[in-house]
Amino acid sequence: MRDAEKKVVIVDGQEIPLEGEKNILEVAKKANIDIPTFCYHSDLSVYGACRMCLVEVEGRGLMPSCSTPPEPGMVIRTNTPRVLEARKMIVELYLANHDRDCTVCERNLNCRLQEMASRMGITRVRFGERTEKDPKDDSTFALVRDPNRCILCGDCVRACREIEGIGIYDFTHRGARARVEPAFGKKLSEVECVYCGQCAIRCPTAALVVRSEVDAAWKAVLDPEKFVVAQIAPAVRVAIGEAFGLPPGEITTGKIVAALKKIGFDRVYDTSFSADLVVIEEAEEFFRRLQNNSRLPQFTSCCPSWVVFAERNYPFYLEHLSSVRSPQQVFGSVIRNFVSRMENVPNERLVSVSIMPCVAKKFEARRAEYVHDEVPDVDIVLSAQETIKMIKMANIDFRELDPIPFDTPLSAGSGAGVLFGVTGGVTEAVLRYAYERLTGKELKEVEFKTVRGFEAVREAEVDFDGRLVRVAIVHGLAHAQRLIQEVREGKRSYDFIEVMNCPGGCIGGGGMPLAYPDYQTVLRKRAEGLYNADRLSPVRKAQDNPAVKLLYERWLKHPGSELAERYLHTHYYSRRRISNEVIRIQEAKSARKVDVAVCVGTSCYLKGSYNILQRLLKMAKEYGVEDRISIGATFCLERCAKGPNIRVNEEIVSGVGEENLKEIFENLILPHLQEVR
Amino acid sequence: MEKLEPEVALGRSFEKVNAILEKHGYDSTNLIAILQEIQEEYRYLPEEILTYVATALRVSPAYVYGVATFYAQFSLKPKGKHIIRVCDGTACHVKGSEKVLKAVREYLGLREGENTTPDLLFTVETVACIGACALAPVMAVDNEVFGPMDEERARQIIEEIEKRSEVS
Amino acid sequence: MKFATRSDLEEYIGSLKKQQQEQRVLVCMGTGCLAKGAEAVYRRFAEVLAREGLEVSLALEREDVTEQHFALCSTGCMGICETGPRVRVEPHGIQYLRVRPDDVEEIVEETLKKGNIVYRLVQSEVLPDGRVQHWPLIKDDPFYRKQVRLVLRNCGTIDPENLDEYLARDGYLALAKVLTEMTPEDVIGEIMKSGLRGRGGGGFPTGRKWQFARMVKADKKYVICNGDEGDPGAFMNRCLMEGDPHAVLEGLVIAGYAIGAQEGYIYVRAEYPLAVKRLRKAIQDAYQAGLLGENILGTGFCFDIRIKEGAGAFVCGEETALIASIEGKRGMPNPRPPYPAQKGLFGKPTVINNVETLANVPAIILYGAEWFRSFGTATSPGTKTFALTGKVKNTGLVEVPMGITLRELIFDVGGGIQNGKRFKAVQIGGPSGGCLPEAFLDLPVDYDSLCGAGAIMGSGGLVVLDEDTCIVEVARFFMSFTQSESCGKCVPCREGTKHMLNILQKIVDGKATLEDLALLEETALVVKDASLCGLGKTAPNPVLTTLRYFRDEYIDHVVHKVCPAQVCQAMREFWIDPEKCRTCGKCARVCPVSCISGRPKVPYVIDQAKCIKCGSCFEACPFDAIVIKWRRKGNA
Repeated sequence: MRDAEKKVVIVDGQEIPLEGEKNILEVAKKANIDIPTFCYHSDLSVYGACRMCLVEVEGRGLMPSCSTPPEPGMVIRTNTPRVLEARKMIVELYLANHDRDCTVCERNLNCRLQEMASRMGITRVRFGERTEKDPKDDSTFALVRDPNRCILCGDCVRACREIEGIGIYDFTHRGARARVEPAFGKKLSEVECVYCGQCAIRCPTAALVVRSEVDAAWKAVLDPEKFVVAQIAPAVRVAIGEAFGLPPGEITTGKIVAALKKIGFDRVYDTSFSADLVVIEEAEEFFRRLQNNSRLPQFTSCCPSWVVFAERNYPFYLEHLSSVRSPQQVFGSVIRNFVSRMENVPNERLVSVSIMPCVAKKFEARRAEYVHDEVPDVDIVLSAQETIKMIKMANIDFRELDPIPFDTPLSAGSGAGVLFGVTGGVTEAVLRYAYERLTGKELKEVEFKTVRGFEAVREAEVDFDGRLVRVAIVHGLAHAQRLIQEVREGKRSYDFIEVMNCPGGCIGGGGMPLAYPDYQTVLRKRAEGLYNADRLSPVRKAQDNPAVKLLYERWLKHPGSELAERYLHTHYYSRRRISNEVIRIQEAKSARKVDVAVCVGTSCYLKGSYNILQRLLKMAKEYGVEDRISIGATFCLERCAKGPNIRVNEEIVSGVGEENLKEIFENLILPHLQEVR
Repeated sequence: MEKLEPEVALGRSFEKVNAILEKHGYDSTNLIAILQEIQEEYRYLPEEILTYVATALRVSPAYVYGVATFYAQFSLKPKGKHIIRVCDGTACHVKGSEKVLKAVREYLGLREGENTTPDLLFTVETVACIGACALAPVMAVDNEVFGPMDEERARQIIEEIEKRSEVS
Repeated sequence: MKFATRSDLEEYIGSLKKQQQEQRVLVCMGTGCLAKGAEAVYRRFAEVLAREGLEVSLALEREDVTEQHFALCSTGCMGICETGPRVRVEPHGIQYLRVRPDDVEEIVEETLKKGNIVYRLVQSEVLPDGRVQHWPLIKDDPFYRKQVRLVLRNCGTIDPENLDEYLARDGYLALAKVLTEMTPEDVIGEIMKSGLRGRGGGGFPTGRKWQFARMVKADKKYVICNGDEGDPGAFMNRCLMEGDPHAVLEGLVIAGYAIGAQEGYIYVRAEYPLAVKRLRKAIQDAYQAGLLGENILGTGFCFDIRIKEGAGAFVCGEETALIASIEGKRGMPNPRPPYPAQKGLFGKPTVINNVETLANVPAIILYGAEWFRSFGTATSPGTKTFALTGKVKNTGLVEVPMGITLRELIFDVGGGIQNGKRFKAVQIGGPSGGCLPEAFLDLPVDYDSLCGAGAIMGSGGLVVLDEDTCIVEVARFFMSFTQSESCGKCVPCREGTKHMLNILQKIVDGKATLEDLALLEETALVVKDASLCGLGKTAPNPVLTTLRYFRDEYIDHVVHKVCPAQVCQAMREFWIDPEKCRTCGKCARVCPVSCISGRPKVPYVIDQAKCIKCGSCFEACPFDAIVIKWRRKGNA
């Protein structure tokens, strides 16, 4: 049988059957041929720009394997002299425009460009050095952007656009001056970034990295005066092992606790515990809303990226967000108000640290609502990546550690709490509580398979004591936006919606270990790991957690109590952005000054506004006040019928012309400079 | 002459922009045409307008900024009253357009990286080809095409325009 | 006038032909002539003709018209802008050049009334023996002798803003034929038989492209006319769009019919405002006449055309980048496959054809594939327009049958090199093309022969270079253009061309080494192989062809630091003539690198090793004591 009939392709002499793969790259992977690439991600659109994946196809020359669909009978070679020559020079060209001091770089030993250079055996760059030195952007708590390391693969552009549905980055300018940056070259804190870090986990180099708090953490643990308390998020425990050669999804909770203790943490707790508290508080809140039929649908609020996005874009839904804080912040509050008393350590000496899969948590910890008397409930947020760094810095052999349990009495969380790390987990945990609470019966089958899985949106209908409750689970902010649009338009209707910003839930968070190129497989293994942890847990429902009962007895009294409201709940507020801009032509230098802007829109232009601009410049000189007047051009002041228009400080003056300019200058502009007298 | 309340003054309603967006059906595939009309109206593309357009078209501001900086026609800074375009297409280049460009920039006192004179009177640009190659080297000022150019003639033309624009 | 059926159209055309004015004064109003004041000439003609009672419009009844009357027409680009404003008098076939408003009286008096020629305004050449040869009639002008103006048949002879004039020359009859007696497969078959190849540069068989698109099943398809003529030095498409917009429209509609599309776009670059204006008018008129829109000519076929303007990006001439631009995005190309014919605009099958390709279609339909094949060669049938520019005597837009040799084009049509200089090379295909030396002058101009020589046809830009052109500088110029137009998406083009340009700059600055030259060539080959789109893949062509055919000149620059054409300023040497030097010291004072030394009474000397060749000393010396010498090979 001929190859074309058999539906195979031949890659490097190997026959590989075609099973519907959309490109040559995926076909080759099946045969364990790892064609290099920077810009290909199986869950993002194909870009085809990095040119690393070029292969030689018989009869067609060099073709990009990430975008070329395989055709039966194709004969493909991944390593001909032509391909190698091209690949080597391409890497050389990348390196020529890259800041090459790897030894002092955040991604040293973990960088795909570095790996490629080493793999291709590059020992010289014949094209010189990168001469531009652009400033780093560390304006947010979560990420650091370094344009000098950017290789313009566009992964962040596509991640933010397609997974987040926000698109804060894009390619700008053209050719050799092309760059990837936020709108108008602004800083991340000035644009719509939700600090999720999906861009950073796809970035092949150090152009986008997690902002490190490792130094602050070391300072705390090495300070004998400080009492350092850590809480470990669920998702982290199935991924940290990846950095030490363990398979993704392997549960290393005990080892992580042991490592932290060795590093010098005084107490190590489990965020799943506070997740249990969240389950109970949130479920009770939900029941109240169901009863009153108000503020529905209820949205979960443990994802800080989702919360800040809602605050910016869905002010009408702010009342619908669950008022319960996220597990991190609940535990932070518990640490500050309960643990400190229990351990008899004043808060000035107590350092509260969280170990998170997420970088948006770094932003969340600093929200004003979670800081009291200048003491944050959570001082330091360490992502999984940073924790790995600390473990390595402490010379610990992670694999050989003997596991240690969490500290008592807060101890571990239930299996339900552990599930918070995966999409659908919060919902499943709440359902386990709700069932028993509402029916009074014991729940035998604790696993709600209908809410599990990786589809973007999953739905379930649950019978709550006669009332049918519809829940939806969505992950990936772009999917969430679409879902919410449909809810707003009345096409879909739910009572409870779980929203997670990151695909897969927290296991796909921006602070998790980088896992390229098999990211999708790793994600699913991590999810499996959490489900296993749940199964292995002695307690699988939040309400059965003895530590939870203890906390309510000793402190909070009961769910929804005044104390619970005060320490475990929060409020949200609408955030919008405003900015203004005027093009400066002449800048005033002294403190007492006046700001004059001339409209150069077409209408005013046609009526002679440029002449007015020039006359103003001249008059400023004549009157000797040029260093006290800022003169600028601005776009349409929208009084076109009465133009030409100028703006003097906050006032618009219309009908400005040659005849009355002197009068305006003396009576309206100059007086601003004389106010002192 | 008329004074207005400060709140009214600064709250722009973007009527003109809305008219343009309306005309193009609020369709983001018409973004280039929209930006062209906005630039014609405002003589450049102000940042605030671009952000507003992004919101109206439901695309990200970075996307609009990316399109605005890609095409040579768009300017994010106000241009001068008169736009001088020196053609540097093959035919013009072979016939010495570089010298003409240099003379023009020198005459106007433009430094490296500067394209607009400080008083916003002139903007100097190079274009790849105006299509009047048989008149090479070619220079266009506003909508008039002049050719063949040499350094002296170029200076003369600009001087004349300056004289006409002089304010007392 | 709205045409409800094909016979309506034919009837109207028949009556138009009867009314056709034979006696006409044609004033070219293309961009070039307008720039030279054609409008004033036109107005003066209108004034004078009216005053003399000689003017006639097409609407006048035949009986009233005498042989005194002349119709005044403004036409589209005649394509020879350098000698504009141009005026033609029909049916005499007289062409007048560089006409000024003051000349109009004389033309009316002498030519229109008496039939005499005004010799000072006609094409002329000074012969070596001092006599002046005149060619007042178009048919005698050697410039036109080897040209076959098929696609350009209407440019310069009709008023492009008047639908009737296009109709009078069998306009839209091809469309009528297609819609009433041909199936889409018939149309594709005819175009395939004709052998028409894409005139935008690729030379891909048009019929085959249409067939691919036809075979793809989709709910919507598109045809796009690529009017983004970005090659510097090319203005063929501009002339067509300005001078004969209806031919482009007709071709586009036929293409749509053939592949099954009902929507067409014309993408015109922003730098062609007149073309946009003329196209818009033509579209408007066509809609009004029922030749566009719903139920065209009563056949039930619907077609809409929209114009999209570019915004200044050469890369948007590339098909996938053009599509991105129409979709309102950055004009960045996408990898192929998928090809536009499978998945193009908005994800639908799309055919993109060049302006000239489409303008050829109506004639092929009307006169047949065999007729088309009677021109040109077997593998490249038909004609091709070229923008002949550079150091030739006759610059302008020409149309010749494929297969004509470069020698004929340059020396017969072009009239040979100006100022008695020697031919050095001809640059074909713009920044994506190559430079061919003297040895290739007898190469026939067709797609395959040019490919074999390492060049490409390109869109038709032809720049003739003489001995005073530095070929290395030409390569540098083109690389600089491509570099600034690169979209920046893929590394080989973005970074590779940047470094190639750096090396070329080093070479013309006299600072390069042989290692640099080797790196230049190596990089060029990778950029050609690994770039994502046609811009990157062809950007190294000027460098590669000049390295292939003019390597010596590179060696001169790199090893000997000599520019044989005396163009690269860095290859000059500045010497102070000790006899003329008055030791005033002015030169030393202005020298930015302080490389001039001397004392009163001792002649100043320039340190050649430090000299940066800025020329400041030369400007400063009041005694003309500074001499600029061009370095020669073998100089001490």
